[in-house]
Amino acid sequence: MLTRLLAWLDDRSGLVTATRRALEHPVPPRTGWWYVFGSATLIAFILQVATGIALSTAYVPSSGQAYESLRFISEQAMLGRFLRGMHYFGASAMVLLIGIHVSRTYIMAAYKFPRELNWLTGAVLLLLTLALAFTGQLLRWDQTAVWSVIVGAAQAARMPVVGEQIGRFILAGDTIGGATLSRFFAFHVFFIPAIVFAFIGLHLALVLRHGISERTRDGPAVDPATYRARYAALLQRDGVPFWPDAAWRDVVFGAAVTATIVLLALIVGPPDLGPPPDPSILEAYPRPDWYFLWYFALLALAPNNLESLIIVLGPLLFGAALLVVPVFNQGARAMRRRPWAPLLVVFMWTTIVIFWIAGERADWSPDFGAQPLPASVIREQRPEVVEGARLFHDTGCEFCHRVEEYGGRRGPDLSDVAGRMRPDEITARITNGSPNMPAYVRTLTPAQIRALVAFLSSRRQ
Amino acid sequence: METPEPPSVPSPRRRFLGRLSLGLSGVIAAAATVPVIGFLLSPLTRKPPRVWRAVGSVDQFTIGQTVNVAFEDASPLPWAGVTARTAAWLRRDDTDRFTAFSVHCTHLGCPVRWIADAGLFLCPCHGGVYYADGTVSAGPPPRTLPQYPVRVRAGQVEILTSPIPIA
Repeated sequence: MLTRLLAWLDDRSGLVTATRRALEHPVPPRTGWWYVFGSATLIAFILQVATGIALSTAYVPSSGQAYESLRFISEQAMLGRFLRGMHYFGASAMVLLIGIHVSRTYIMAAYKFPRELNWLTGAVLLLLTLALAFTGQLLRWDQTAVWSVIVGAAQAARMPVVGEQIGRFILAGDTIGGATLSRFFAFHVFFIPAIVFAFIGLHLALVLRHGISERTRDGPAVDPATYRARYAALLQRDGVPFWPDAAWRDVVFGAAVTATIVLLALIVGPPDLGPPPDPSILEAYPRPDWYFLWYFALLALAPNNLESLIIVLGPLLFGAALLVVPVFNQGARAMRRRPWAPLLVVFMWTTIVIFWIAGERADWSPDFGAQPLPASVIREQRPEVVEGARLFHDTGCEFCHRVEEYGGRRGPDLSDVAGRMRPDEITARITNGSPNMPAYVRTLTPAQIRALVAFLSSRRQ
Repeated sequence: METPEPPSVPSPRRRFLGRLSLGLSGVIAAAATVPVIGFLLSPLTRKPPRVWRAVGSVDQFTIGQTVNVAFEDASPLPWAGVTARTAAWLRRDDTDRFTAFSVHCTHLGCPVRWIADAGLFLCPCHGGVYYADGTVSAGPPPRTLPQYPVRVRAGQVEILTSPIPIA
């Protein structure tokens, strides 16, 4: 019965044969575990579509009500918290996996002839994934989201000529307001996913058209004149059907990714909602989600005069680099013949991780929560020193300077300042400031500065 | 399925029909895109009126002190909720003069905080610092903290609603 139904369906649609051909198409042998990241990215995307549709049935994309609907989803709706967690960790997995996938194809030079368009469609998918990640973070419409929109608009505004217009386009007007969120919602759930679907289809069609790349040690340098015949001969000789010989690894890894996402959603849960999206609440500490934290750090640490250049040219250069890669579509694929490829990838990941750690610590941010210094740290009874220690906290020195375990890390640690500066040098520095420190002659009285110097001159270890 | 090979030289009728179809497809595509793009760009052409918002009576503010005041945007959409609110740092300079500073750091727009005892505005994002008069004293901000127009009418301090200073 089922056989007859399938035969009828195939006769009228051709779908069964087409699916069977796609599944059983021969692939190079012994491809191994390095080839699982593309399919895992796709699986993460499918999870995003499913959980996203579920969340959208309860989410209210209105600037005024989204926050309350998110609270409802997180606190009252059955499975709401779990689905938000899955959507968050699914997004994290998708960003991470597509990063690994693009690194893998670059290291193994899988973008060379005839797979240049595989790379380019993949590059578009990478950029779209980042766009989904950014717009998605904003749909968690709390205080951080509102300030992230403003920061995003301010970055766009650095662009010459059209910058301010793009910034206003992002805000959907002159200020944050009723129009802002609906647009991000539409982009996040309709516009960008529609393009993603189209490009995934194209990307997969290209994978089927050219076959997956063979392991580099199974072939000599790529020469467009001979490559296709050699690849066909390799498949003829040693090819194995994709299903199940290669597909099982994709499924096993995809299942592991899914299990990880589910477990994290259950155990860790979604990111907490911050305070409401009220732009008049200024006790804010805006931070991007982890996948953009390294960029946040880059902007904090970049030299001031280069910053606009990085904001404007950085993304453009990144896009241009992705476009240029498949221009070099011939020659050796083996890693030892292109040692710069793994080195470049390792360099990029290391850079991102280092900036990510810096972003996590955010030493450049003043520590607004710095506590007054206790007597055990002051260790002196002289009134001027005690007064200086009080001023050290009250006049904001401690937001940026550390004394033992207290204070921020923006400026130098002053636990041992008397060991390296004389009192007159300390006085001069407080009075005149430095390129990265205010000149306190404008805000403190001479008596206050004397007390601060007395306190700091007692800091010796 | 076999399709008959089209003749290599198209007949005038076929050429006309081909061009007609392409042209009409273009019309359909324009109908599907032009109004959509125009709609998406509409916030750029919409210029909300700028209105004076009262933020409190003059006696409420102490001379020399800088405080956070909140008020509503010029013409908020009915569904804007709390996002229609905005803020400024307001200082009473003397009996009838006030200064209103933007709360947006000129670096990337984050909310600066006034630290009264230090006499400084500090930004939590990348550590920008401004003196009490709004000039930059440290960190990445490229420009002085902008000021909003402020006036006193009938004993009320009023601030003129302004676009977020992003550029």
